[in-house]
Amino acid sequence: MPCVGDWLNSPLSIVQGIFAQNVPNSDWEKKVTEYFKEKLKENNATNWVPSLNDVPVHYLKPNSLVKFRCMVQDMFDPEFYMGVYETVDPNTNARVLHFGKYRDMPECGPQQEIDLNSSLTVTSERQTFYCVPVPGESAWCHAYVSASQARVSPSTSYTPSRHKRSYEEDEDMDLHPSKQKEQHMGKSCCSGGDIHGCVEPKRLETEASAGHHVISPNCSPPLDLNFPLPGEKGPACLVKVYESWESFKVNDVLEVFGVLSVDPVLSIVNSEERDSSALDPMECMDTAEEQRVHSPPASLVPRIHVILAQKLQHINPLLPACLKEEESKTCEFVSNFMSELSPVRAELLGFLTHALLGDSLAAEYLILHLISTVYARRDVLPLGKFAVNLSGCPRSSAFTEHLYRLLQQLVPASFHLRMSIESMNHSRLIPRKDYTANRLVSGLLQLASNTSLLIDETQLEQGQLDTAGVHNVTALGNLITWQKVDYDFSYHRMEFPCNINVLITSEGRSLLPSDCQVHLQPHIIPPNMEEYMSSLLTAVLPSMLNKFRIYLSLLRLLDYSISDEVTKAVEEDFVEMRKNDPESVTADDLHKMLLVARFLSLSAGQTTLSRERWLRAKQLEALRKARLQQQKCVNGNEL
Amino acid sequence: AIPLDFDISSPLTYGTPSSRVEGTPRSGVRGTPVRQRPDLGSARKARQVDLHSDGLAEDIVATEQSLGQKLVIWGTDVNVASCKEKFQRFLQRFIDPLDKEDEDIGLDLNEPRYMQRLQEINMVGEPFLNVNCDHLRSFDENLYRQLICYPQEVIPTFDMAANEIFFDRYPDSILEHQIQVRPYNALKTRNMRNLNPEDIDQLITISGMVIRSSQLIPEMQEAFFRCQVCAFTTRVEIDRGRIAEPSVCKNCNTTHSMALIHNRSMFSDKQMIKLQESPEDMPAGQTPHTVALFAHNDLVDKVQPGDRVNVTGIYRAVPIRVNPRVSSVKSVYKTHIDVIHYRKTDSKRLHGVDEETEQKRFTEERVEMLKELSKKADIYERLSLALAPSIYEHEDIKKGILLQLFGGSRKDFTHTGRGNFRAEINILLCGDPGTSKSQLLQYVYNLVPRGQYTSGKGSSAVGLTAYVMKDPETRQLVLQTGALVLSDNGICCIDEFDKMNESTRSVLHEVMEQQTLSIAKAGIICQLNARTSILAAANPIESQWNPKKTTIENIQLPHTLLSRFDLIFLMLDPRDEAYDRRLARHLVSLYYQSEEKMEEEYMDMAVLRDYIAYARSYVNPRLGEEASQALIEAYVDMRKMGSGRGMVSAYPRQLESLIRLAEAHAKVRFSQRVDTIDVEEAKRLHREALKQSATDPRTGIVDISILTTGMSATARKRKEELAQALRKLIQSKGKAPSLKYQQLLDDLRAQSDTAVTKEMFEEALRALADEDFLTVTGKTVRLL
Repeated sequence: MPCVGDWLNSPLSIVQGIFAQNVPNSDWEKKVTEYFKEKLKENNATNWVPSLNDVPVHYLKPNSLVKFRCMVQDMFDPEFYMGVYETVDPNTNARVLHFGKYRDMPECGPQQEIDLNSSLTVTSERQTFYCVPVPGESAWCHAYVSASQARVSPSTSYTPSRHKRSYEEDEDMDLHPSKQKEQHMGKSCCSGGDIHGCVEPKRLETEASAGHHVISPNCSPPLDLNFPLPGEKGPACLVKVYESWESFKVNDVLEVFGVLSVDPVLSIVNSEERDSSALDPMECMDTAEEQRVHSPPASLVPRIHVILAQKLQHINPLLPACLKEEESKTCEFVSNFMSELSPVRAELLGFLTHALLGDSLAAEYLILHLISTVYARRDVLPLGKFAVNLSGCPRSSAFTEHLYRLLQQLVPASFHLRMSIESMNHSRLIPRKDYTANRLVSGLLQLASNTSLLIDETQLEQGQLDTAGVHNVTALGNLITWQKVDYDFSYHRMEFPCNINVLITSEGRSLLPSDCQVHLQPHIIPPNMEEYMSSLLTAVLPSMLNKFRIYLSLLRLLDYSISDEVTKAVEEDFVEMRKNDPESVTADDLHKMLLVARFLSLSAGQTTLSRERWLRAKQLEALRKARLQQQKCVNGNEL
Repeated sequence: AIPLDFDISSPLTYGTPSSRVEGTPRSGVRGTPVRQRPDLGSARKARQVDLHSDGLAEDIVATEQSLGQKLVIWGTDVNVASCKEKFQRFLQRFIDPLDKEDEDIGLDLNEPRYMQRLQEINMVGEPFLNVNCDHLRSFDENLYRQLICYPQEVIPTFDMAANEIFFDRYPDSILEHQIQVRPYNALKTRNMRNLNPEDIDQLITISGMVIRSSQLIPEMQEAFFRCQVCAFTTRVEIDRGRIAEPSVCKNCNTTHSMALIHNRSMFSDKQMIKLQESPEDMPAGQTPHTVALFAHNDLVDKVQPGDRVNVTGIYRAVPIRVNPRVSSVKSVYKTHIDVIHYRKTDSKRLHGVDEETEQKRFTEERVEMLKELSKKADIYERLSLALAPSIYEHEDIKKGILLQLFGGSRKDFTHTGRGNFRAEINILLCGDPGTSKSQLLQYVYNLVPRGQYTSGKGSSAVGLTAYVMKDPETRQLVLQTGALVLSDNGICCIDEFDKMNESTRSVLHEVMEQQTLSIAKAGIICQLNARTSILAAANPIESQWNPKKTTIENIQLPHTLLSRFDLIFLMLDPRDEAYDRRLARHLVSLYYQSEEKMEEEYMDMAVLRDYIAYARSYVNPRLGEEASQALIEAYVDMRKMGSGRGMVSAYPRQLESLIRLAEAHAKVRFSQRVDTIDVEEAKRLHREALKQSATDPRTGIVDISILTTGMSATARKRKEELAQALRKLIQSKGKAPSLKYQQLLDDLRAQSDTAVTKEMFEEALRALADEDFLTVTGKTVRLL
C-alpha cells in the first residue's frame, strides 16, 4: 500500500489535497472525514495507527496520525480559529489560500503575511477537551493493546531502529531502560503470570516517568497533569474536537484518531506571553496560572486534532469495540462465546471461590457484582447498581490487597481506595473547579463508567474526621446510593451521574451504605496469603484468564427482560413471603432479589428471567441472610 | 452642517484616534465633554477598520449632504442620518403602558418612557441612558436589526441622537460627559453555549455567573510626551495597545528627545471579568463554559464574583500574536465581550420580586398547555402521581409534598405589626428505615430549582445558616451563606433530621416560623431571608417504628420543633396483600423496562417543574367567603373535639396550616380564589397526617397535644394512674384527717412497682388537690 505512509505520516498533506480540490465550497471538511473513515475501515488499519497510550510522545512524528484512548477529564471553552485564511507575500503580492483546521499554527512562509482582513477568511469553532488515559486502567488491558499492534506499528520515520526495538519482544534492550521496563511489564502481565513482575516495574515506571517530567524542559514547577488517580502515568492530551462535541460528556471514554501536534512554538507562546503581557491588553486576559493549564508545553501535553472520534462502550480490548452494531463479525464473536459460557462461568466461580478463601456463596455474589451496571435511571433512582459489602474480611493478612490484585487481572479498570482517617481527611475525592486556573481539578471519584472501585475499610481505625473527611465520606455514600458525584463548583455543586461498581471490604458491617452485605466465611486460612494468591493466579491459563475478562465485560452489555408469566409468579411469591413473615420481607428485599435474579440470569447468558433462576436467586438471598443472622447472634451486633 | 457637527456625526471616527483633535478634552455640546467609549472602540480596529476605511468613511460622510440619504457606513447598511432620526423618534414617542419593569419606579407609563429617563438624567446627573432593545424592536424592527448587527456604528449614532434631544431640552444642564446610550436585553439573548463565530462583532446578551474579576487595570488612552530639549509637548493616541513614540520633536527637530510623562497621560479604567454559564443552562454531564468580559470606566467593579448577571455587550474575537514583536499570529482567536450593560439578576431577589427571567421563561404555547392542563378535573391526582413515580403509593404523602411545592400565598401584615406570615409548608416524614424517604427527598431536591439537600448527620449550625469568612484575596470579611439561606424561595431537604445535634436544630426554630435567619458574629449582625420550606425525614430512635409509642417518643424531637411542621407523615410499611401484589408488579417492571418506555407512562418531570414554577409565580389565591366560613368551622370543630376531654386539641398554628394547605390546593388548580373544595382537601390531608402522627397509641384517639405540648399520652396516663393509686392509698388509711408528706411518699413508693420520683408524687398530689380531695400545707397533707 503506497499511500499508507501518506495518510499515516502526513495526514495534513492529504487534507491539503482534498482542500485544494474542493476549495470554493465548504464540503471539503466532510470529504476529509469520509476519506479517513474509509482508510481506517480497511483491514486492521486501526492497528497501524500508533497509539499515544503506548508510544511516548517523543517517538512519534509530529503532524502524523495517532490514536488515543482516553477519558474526558475537563472541557475547556470553545475556541474560534481561522478555518480558512489567505496569506500574502508583500513582495510579489501573491495570495494563497490555506485551511486552519487540524493545526495549531497557521501555515505561513517566512516571506508571507496573513491577511486578517481578507474577505475569504472563515472563522470556525472547535472545542478543546482535556483528556487523560482511562483512570485505573489495568495493566493487562494496556499490554494487550500494545502487543496486538506491536509488530505492525509503522516505524515513525525519524527513529526507526529504536522504535522497532522497543516493540520487538526479545531483542536487546540496553539502550532505553524505561522502555525495557515497560516491555517487561507488558510481557509478564500478558502471560498473566507473576504478580510481582507486574507490580514492581509499574512502580518503577511511574517513578521514572515522574522524574522525567520534572526535568522536562521549560516548566519550572512540575505541571500537575490532573490525573484523577495518584500514580497514573501516560500522557494527558488536549484533544481538539471539530464536530458534534455536544454529544461528549465529562468522564466519557473516547477513542480518537487525529493529527498529533507538538509544535514547540506552542510552549514558546507561553513563556513569551508571560514576560511581555504588560502592554498588550489581550494578553493580560488570563492569569498566568490559567495559561499554564490551558496551554501547557506541548512536550508534556501534546495536542490531538481529531479527525474521527468515537465513544467507547467498554475499554476491554479483547472484545470488539462496538457491540451494538449488526456486524456479522460481532455477532459471530458473541455467539461463539455464548456457546462456551457455562464452563467459563464455572471456572470463574471456582477461581473466585479460591480467591475468597473457599467461600462459594461470596464468590457467586462477587460475579453478580462484577457484571452489574447501571442500565437505567428512574427519576433519581439508579437501576442496576449492585454495591457489595464483603464483611468479615480477615484484617491482618492483607487479604484485601491481594484480592484487589486478582480483581485487577479481571476487570479493565479499577481502583483500590484504602480508607483510613488520614486518607479520608486528606485525599481529594470530589473534583473541584479551580477558578484561578479555570479548570476542573480532578478527584479520586472522577472515574469512567464501569470502573471497579474497591474500598478497603479493614484498615480504618477510630479517630476524628474533619470537615473534608465528612464530605469525602458523604461523597462515597452518595456515590454508592445514587451513583452520582456532586462536583464542587464552589458557588454551586453540580451533579455528575456515574456508573461505578463499588465493592467494600470490612470486618463488620461497613459504615458506608451498600446494596447487599455478604459475610465472608473463610474455609481455609492460608499461612502465607501472598503465596496463596499468586499461586492461584499462576494456576489459571492465560487463555482462560482472557475468557474471564471477556465474560465479565460482555455480559454487562446484554439486554434483559421478564415475561408476564414470571412477573405473575414473582408477584405471588412476594405476597406469599409477606404473608408468612411480614417483618423480614420488605420492598427493599424484593428489590434486592430482583437485582440478584437479573444478574444471575445474565451471568448464565440468559436474557430473560426463568422460574428456576428466580428460585435460585431467592435461595441465594436466603443463604446470605441466614449467614448475617448467624453473625448477628455471634456478635450481638445490630445489623 | 457646521464642522463641529460633522465631527461628531461620523460614528466611525467617534472615539477613534482621528476624531481627537489636539488639546483635548474637547468640548462637545455646550460645555459637556465627550467621553471615549472603550466598550465600543479600541480592541476591534484590527479586524475591519483599517486606514482605508477610515478615509473612506470620512468621504462618505462628507459627501453625504450632497448625495442625500443613499450613503451608508462602509461595510454596513447603516445610514447615519436616518438612523439618528429614527432613534430620536423612538426616544420621543415610545410608550408601552403594559410593560412594567421594576426599575420603572416613579415613571408615568403613559408618557414617553425615555423622555422621562432623560429628565431623570438631568436631575440625577448620571449620563447613561439604558435602552431596552425589546422596546426598540417593537418600535422599529429594522433599526433593531441594525443595532444588533452593527452595534459599533449604531450605538454612537444613538449617543448623538440622545445628546441632541437632551441638550435641546435641557440646554443648561452640565453633565460629567455626554450621555452614553446603553442598550440591554438584546433579544438575541443567548446561552453562552450557543455563541458561535457568527456572533462576532454583534450585540449580544448572555446570562451567567461572575466567577472572577481582575483588579483595575489602568489602560492608557492617550500618552503625553514632552521634549526634554525644548519642552514641547505632544499627545499620542494608543493604537491597538501600542504607543507610537515620536522619535523626532516636531518643534526643535531633536531626535529621541521625547519622554513620556505618566501623570499627564490619560488612562481609562478597565477590568477583566470571567463569566461562567449559569448552572441551569448547562446540559447534564458537561462542564460549564466561561467567557471573558472587559468592563470599562464606570462599569468596573459593578459586579462581584458570585453575582448572577445578564450582560449585554459586543462579542469580539482577536487573533493571538505568537510574539508581540512579530506580526505572525496563531490561528486561534481570543474571544471576549466588551460590556455595555450589566443587569444583575439576583439582586432583585432582595426585594422579594420573582426573577424576571424566571417569568419570561414560558413561551405562550407552554402557558397555554399548562392552563389546559390545569382545567383537567383530576389535575391534583395527576400531579401527585407524576411526583416521584418510582416510589410506590404513599399517595397522601405525595399530595402533601405536592402542596408543599406549590406553597401558600404570601401575605404581608407588616402594617398591622405582625410581619410576614409564613407561606411555606413544612413537612416531616418519619418512619422505618428503607421506606424510600431519602429517595423522596432526593426527588424533590432534583425537581425544584432552588433546592438544597443536606443530611442532619453531616450538617452543623453554620453549614445550615451562614458563616463569616475572611476572603483570602481581599482580606474582607464576607458572609458565606449556608443551605437554609441558599434555598430561600425553595425547599431545603434535610435527611436524618433526628441525627442533627441540639444547637443545629435550634436555628431551625426561627427559620421555620419567622422565615428569617439572624446572624450576629464577627462584627456582622444581620437578618437574612430564609423563606424556605423544609422537607425533613427522620428515623425512629429504635431503628424500627414502635407502634406502641407516640411520634415524639419514637423520634425524640422536641415538640417545639414538631409543632412547626404543618404535616407530619408516617411512612410505614403497610401490610396488606393487595398492596404487596401491586408493589411487586411495579418493582418487577422496573427491572426490565427500557428507559423510554418508562418515560411515556408518566408526566414529564419538566412539565411538572414548569407547572409548579408557573403556579408559584403567577397564581396567588385569596380566601373566598365560603372558604373562610369553612375554615372557621373546621377550626372550631377541631377545638371542640378536644374540649370534651378537657384538653386543647387545636391551636392557631393549626388554623394557619389549614389556610396554607387550602391556598396551595387552589394554586394547583390555577385558581385565584380559595374555594370550599380546597378547604375540604386541606382538612382531609391535615386529618390524615394527624391520624398518622398524633394518634395516642394507648387510646387510639388523635391527640394534637402530643405534638404541640410534647406531653405524651403515656406520661399523662401515668400521672393519672399515680393519682388514683395515691387516692386509694389515702382512702385505705381510713379516717386520718391529715398525713405526713414523707410518710405518704414512702408508702406510695413501697406500694408502686415503678420508681416514683418526688416530682411525680407532687404532681399526683396537685392533681388530687385540684379535685378538692385534699390540700397540702407545708409538710402535711390534709383530707377534705
